[in-house]
Amino acid sequence: MTLDTLMNILVATIAAGTPLVYAALGELIVEKSGVLNLGVEGMMLVGAISGFIVMAKTGSLLLAVSCGMLAGAIMSLIFAVLTLTLMANQVASGLALTIFGTGLSSFMGIDYTSVALKGAREIHIPFFSDIPILGRLVFSYDILVYLSLVLLALVLWFLYKTRAGLILKAIGESPRSGHALGFPVIRIRYLAVLFGGAMAGLGGVYLSVAYTPMWVEGMVSGRGWVALALVVFATWRPMRVLTGAYLFGGVTIIQFHIQGFGFEIPSQVLSMLPYLATIAVLVLISRDKKLIRLNSPASLGITFHPENN
Amino acid sequence: MVFKIEPRPVPSRQMKYFSPLIAALLMLVSGLLIFTLLGKNPVNAFYAFFIEPVNDFYGIGELFIKASPLMLIGIGLAIGFKANIWNIGAEGQLTMGAIFGGGVAIYFNGSTSFFILPGMFLAGIAGGMFWASIPAFLKIRYNANEILVSLMLNYVAVLILSLLIHGPWKDPQGYGFPQSVLFSESALLPVMVEGTRLHAGVLISFAAVGVGWIFLLRSFIGYQLQVSGLAINAASYAGFKYKKMIWIGLLAGGLTAGIAGVSEISGPIGQLLPSVSPGYGFAAIIVAYVGRLHPGGIFLSSLLMALLYLGGESAQMSLDLPSAVTGVFQGMLLFYLLAADFLIHFQIRLKSTSALKGTRP
Repeated sequence: MTLDTLMNILVATIAAGTPLVYAALGELIVEKSGVLNLGVEGMMLVGAISGFIVMAKTGSLLLAVSCGMLAGAIMSLIFAVLTLTLMANQVASGLALTIFGTGLSSFMGIDYTSVALKGAREIHIPFFSDIPILGRLVFSYDILVYLSLVLLALVLWFLYKTRAGLILKAIGESPRSGHALGFPVIRIRYLAVLFGGAMAGLGGVYLSVAYTPMWVEGMVSGRGWVALALVVFATWRPMRVLTGAYLFGGVTIIQFHIQGFGFEIPSQVLSMLPYLATIAVLVLISRDKKLIRLNSPASLGITFHPENN
Repeated sequence: MVFKIEPRPVPSRQMKYFSPLIAALLMLVSGLLIFTLLGKNPVNAFYAFFIEPVNDFYGIGELFIKASPLMLIGIGLAIGFKANIWNIGAEGQLTMGAIFGGGVAIYFNGSTSFFILPGMFLAGIAGGMFWASIPAFLKIRYNANEILVSLMLNYVAVLILSLLIHGPWKDPQGYGFPQSVLFSESALLPVMVEGTRLHAGVLISFAAVGVGWIFLLRSFIGYQLQVSGLAINAASYAGFKYKKMIWIGLLAGGLTAGIAGVSEISGPIGQLLPSVSPGYGFAAIIVAYVGRLHPGGIFLSSLLMALLYLGGESAQMSLDLPSAVTGVFQGMLLFYLLAADFLIHFQIRLKSTSALKGTRP
């Protein structure tokens, strides 16, 4: 393997991991508040097509990203109303969101399946981007890759350095105590779910506008579910989400290169790798029951209503 | 006058049965609204979507063909859902059933033996249950979340099918298309009603509704599943083995999905194709839920969901709307059901403001 191939793989890995960073960071905040939203796949799909349509119509990346995030947030609002106000089962509501999002996105995208996009351009910083090796590895991505790192820093700061983050985590552990202390549990959870929706939408936009600038029906192809698995894998810690996302990015990318190394492996078997890796990772992390119990928010997935307690 | 929402002292039984009807009605109204917004005449759209597909004998047959896998899998999933075991891998289990059953049909292609078809079904059941046993095993042994594992396996199963029909199982006379040989007569389910495509697989689904009713509502295991779902601690104090519930909950889905997979390839499809299901495994989740996890309800909701599939196809032809509209309707149906279920536990009352003054804020 030449240095150039290795560089290509590393750079592509970061790009492939980025949609997962967005979606998983969003879901992490949702789960920290004690809510389990299984609709990530659906929100990503609707975000992807909304962003794609706006990009195709206006050519403005900023507008595409904003609309994709808005679309994801609107989708998550449906989920929030169902589970937080109407106290519906979170698992069923999340599944409904994914089924609905899958249908809605192919419905919205019917006229856009053969539209070509210019996509987000890689930025070029004079001098820095020209440094050998380091320049390519650090300064050669499109702006959305850097945005994901900024958001990671914000999430870290929010969760570990702010009072609001502390309240969010407290509510995820015990909504009853939070309520007794006078915190608006439901309103906080609404905000968390909306944030998760916007982030999933952003992950979707990244896929359809920057990663593969085109729209294909169901193009998220399970990444929303991988993001959910990543949150467990990361034991609800943002930094580990980043590691996990790039790890999965690597598994996705390596399949395109493995045949180049002279291995005769059918493409279908290679396409299975990310899904099998997800299962393997879930098994590895979940087998330690204590680790999961210590790290997962105690009220995760349990419906809470202040008047019902 | 203001509306006041208050908890009911006991959950309403009536609402439990009314809420699916409310949901269906709301879905219908929103559907017509969407059609109107898209510039279609709502009356024509309603006719094209909900009446035209089933206004003749052939159409009724198609309705039951589509409903058949949905009710079958819906029953299987309901058994798991009762115990809060979330198998969302029915799509993959269906595909695995089709692969195992299709393998039998392909290897014995040309044989006229009576045993081909039963052999296919047995193989399909084994395939579906094998695929469902993976999340069950990983959950019991390693505590891995069955939702995520069963979902990931959907993608894997479809890729295995693709691998097979692009490779060893490809029809040599198929002009290079990724598809298997057409199954011989002995590997096909007989058509039951002249003039339709209604095949004998529908009878299996009807039987499953009956068996499911006995299993869920009249058996001790059904009771154990229900208690495990409602109160896991109570179930363990009573000595019910949760591991057993996990096995039963997941394998029931695998079993029924496996049968459905074989019914599809030996019924309406007649060979192995890259895709053997238009999302029946996911739609069956909605069927089970809208059917209140009750076999009778599942029977009815599978017909409704089948109508949405047919309506989507019909809307594509006569209204020039993408058939993806089916997924939108299906998702809405489940949303509305989950929302309407609020009324099981809560009631909305009209209260005069004067009376309200006396109450605490």
